[in-house]
Amino acid sequence: MKKTFAIMIALVLVLAMVGCTAEQAAQVQQAAEQVANDPAVQEAVNEAAAAIEAAAGEAPAADAFKIGVILVHDENSGYDLAHIEGMQAAQATLGLTDDQIIYKYNIEETEMCYDTAVDLAEQGCNIIFSDSYGHQSHMMQAAAEYPDVFFVACTGDTAALQANKNVANMFPFTFESRYVSGVVAGMKLKELMDAGTVTDPYIGYVGAFPYAEVVSGYTAFFLGIRSIVPEAHMDVQFTNSWYDPIAEAEAANALISKGCVIIGQHADSTGAPSAVQAAQDAGKVVYSVGYNVSMLAVAPTAALTSAQNNWGALYTPMIDMYMKGETLPTDLAKGYADGGVMISELGASCAPGTAEKVAEVEAALKDGSLNVFDCSTFTVAGEAVTTYLGLDTDGDWVNDTGEAIADGVFEESVLRSAPYFAMDIDGITKLN
Amino acid sequence: MKTIQKKESREPLLRISKRDYMPTWQALGVRLIGLVIALVICAIIIYAIVKLNPLKVYGAMFVGAFGTSKRMWVTIRDTMMLLCIAVGLAPAFKMKFWNIGAEGQVLMGGVVAAGCMIYLDTYVPTIPLIVIMFIGGAIAGGLWGWAPGFFKAKWNTNETLFTLMMNYIAIQLTSYFVALWENPFGSNSVGVINPNTRIGWFPHIFGQMYTLNVIIVAILVVAMYIYLNYSKHGFEIAVVGDSENTARYAAIDVKKVIVRTMVLSGAVCGIAGALAVAGASHTISTSTAGGQGFTAIIVAWLAKFNTFAMVPISALLVFLSKGSMEIASRYNLSDYVSSMITGIILFFILGSEFFIRFNLKFRSKKKEASES
Repeated sequence: MKKTFAIMIALVLVLAMVGCTAEQAAQVQQAAEQVANDPAVQEAVNEAAAAIEAAAGEAPAADAFKIGVILVHDENSGYDLAHIEGMQAAQATLGLTDDQIIYKYNIEETEMCYDTAVDLAEQGCNIIFSDSYGHQSHMMQAAAEYPDVFFVACTGDTAALQANKNVANMFPFTFESRYVSGVVAGMKLKELMDAGTVTDPYIGYVGAFPYAEVVSGYTAFFLGIRSIVPEAHMDVQFTNSWYDPIAEAEAANALISKGCVIIGQHADSTGAPSAVQAAQDAGKVVYSVGYNVSMLAVAPTAALTSAQNNWGALYTPMIDMYMKGETLPTDLAKGYADGGVMISELGASCAPGTAEKVAEVEAALKDGSLNVFDCSTFTVAGEAVTTYLGLDTDGDWVNDTGEAIADGVFEESVLRSAPYFAMDIDGITKLN
Repeated sequence: MKTIQKKESREPLLRISKRDYMPTWQALGVRLIGLVIALVICAIIIYAIVKLNPLKVYGAMFVGAFGTSKRMWVTIRDTMMLLCIAVGLAPAFKMKFWNIGAEGQVLMGGVVAAGCMIYLDTYVPTIPLIVIMFIGGAIAGGLWGWAPGFFKAKWNTNETLFTLMMNYIAIQLTSYFVALWENPFGSNSVGVINPNTRIGWFPHIFGQMYTLNVIIVAILVVAMYIYLNYSKHGFEIAVVGDSENTARYAAIDVKKVIVRTMVLSGAVCGIAGALAVAGASHTISTSTAGGQGFTAIIVAWLAKFNTFAMVPISALLVFLSKGSMEIASRYNLSDYVSSMITGIILFFILGSEFFIRFNLKFRSKKKEASES
């Protein structure tokens, strides 16, 4: 009885499989005929046939321009969403089709990145972007093996040091948008102090990792606040992760309990703003300045604004130059003047007059009359800074060149696209 | 006895009894049917939820794992890694020693291998350096296996908890070394080690990057098979695994066997760590083991500690993960859909083990149990 049943199941399954194979074979044959009859029909070849063709090792059409995008998370992370939107903007501006852009999500900063980059190159991508710092060394490894493909490691810093020239780094002037978001926070802080609600202008900052990209960001944010409230001081708590909602919330809570009234962030989740909103709902006077995306959805009354990058302003010219056959720059960085950075919509809790002040500061940044890292606005260990080595070629800061300070201004993202401001200025305390 | 029971109560609809033996071809058939049913159910779910042609999705999975020679080699490389860990786990599990600490043993092997690449690159050429890395990795992994083995033998500590806790120590130690070796400072990532000199990287053999991975793991598979099945040590492991009392009665030094076997198990996992660093990632991070220490447990158990049977099982698991990534990217599905497919397939393959080990007897009207 059971035996018969088993045999029947087996038969049905075998027949089903045979049926499928026959169907697939028919599809392939049909596709092959179409191609044979008219090359223009090639696009119409259904996907099943394409899959089987690819399995057989056929290379994709060489004339189709293709872009590969390697993302460390997916659209749920504000940072990656900004990259996706940037690429979509470039796609719209340059008139590219959906088939020409291949997105790879959740690519770890391990050999998985190398594998993916190689795979994209093998799929016929002409230019491949990666969005996270940790992708860089794996991208460079792939670049050395695929000299005909161009590799761009966004936020990376070693393209200029590579022997092969098919690599680049891109980074917007995030320090500018952080400065402006600092101005927004400073306006709020001033309002609170004028009203007597707050006496200690104490800022907290949730940072990811203690290196230049983050240091440059929080210093710019702090200088923005101090341009409005000169006596402000700030503590920075690192989470050692780019994206860890729980750790970011914990860091924010720790800073709030220490008495911070503004919580800034350089980490990619909504952990900190959510925690700030919860604390505010519980009666604390505390506000949040976010990063990447508007935090008003998670912190409607606590969020003031967010510093944002407009990656489209970098993706578009880079891809455009590639398509025109021009030589691509090793480093590409754009700021307010080129729409590379911005701040998100101002929250309802912002102090009156904030929008006007923001417009004034943004205009000054655009025309160059305002410099974020004006050396007259900060000191290191009580001393004014007159000289600073901007570039480190091998990680040891020995025998390197690159003077970053010119005419009393620290020129960020000029020697290379990735930030290199890594000074511990007075007024900021690192907690860990 | 049976007849008396039947008189007292109605015979249950379904009776389960342990099978003595099922011929290999039949067992294979059951697994194959399990796999096919899993594919059919996945197909229904794929169609019901995302409205895609399941055949196209399966085709895409195949393309994702084997579509180009590069992809095929990456699939092979990852299969070798998983296989290597499973081979390492085999002796421990055959001894019924629940070594769930492979993750930590792999990481420690990886840390030592990465350390060798970082500190010895100017003194030692690649080939001897690779040998040093493997010896160092095996020692580090062996040490990580020795500790729970020793404590088990000496004080009868719970090896499941002990090996699990050792994982966390290994992860924290790895974080420490990542912070120590990070490049540039503060980035919390070691980056590719020796990117220009490629010292300590596996050399290309026959024009392929990952040939050496295959050779090393193939040697381990054969050696472990011989060790477990044809050596005195292997016999002792089997006896201790079946019954410690029997082992004692047969004058086997149980404590010695436990410690020795765990050192061996850890050492092979440590070699897997060195393999991951020198043969694949060329860097070290806390995700170097990437959960494979746990996945390998499934491989070892499904293969019933037969190292040759581990080969297709590892390949299937790696195929599923590569295929899932491809369909996630191609059809813009979230990773969860592909994890679901992997889960369903694993469930059915594990489930088919039940039908291989046990016999199901339905109540028959004629009161005769049908043999199948």
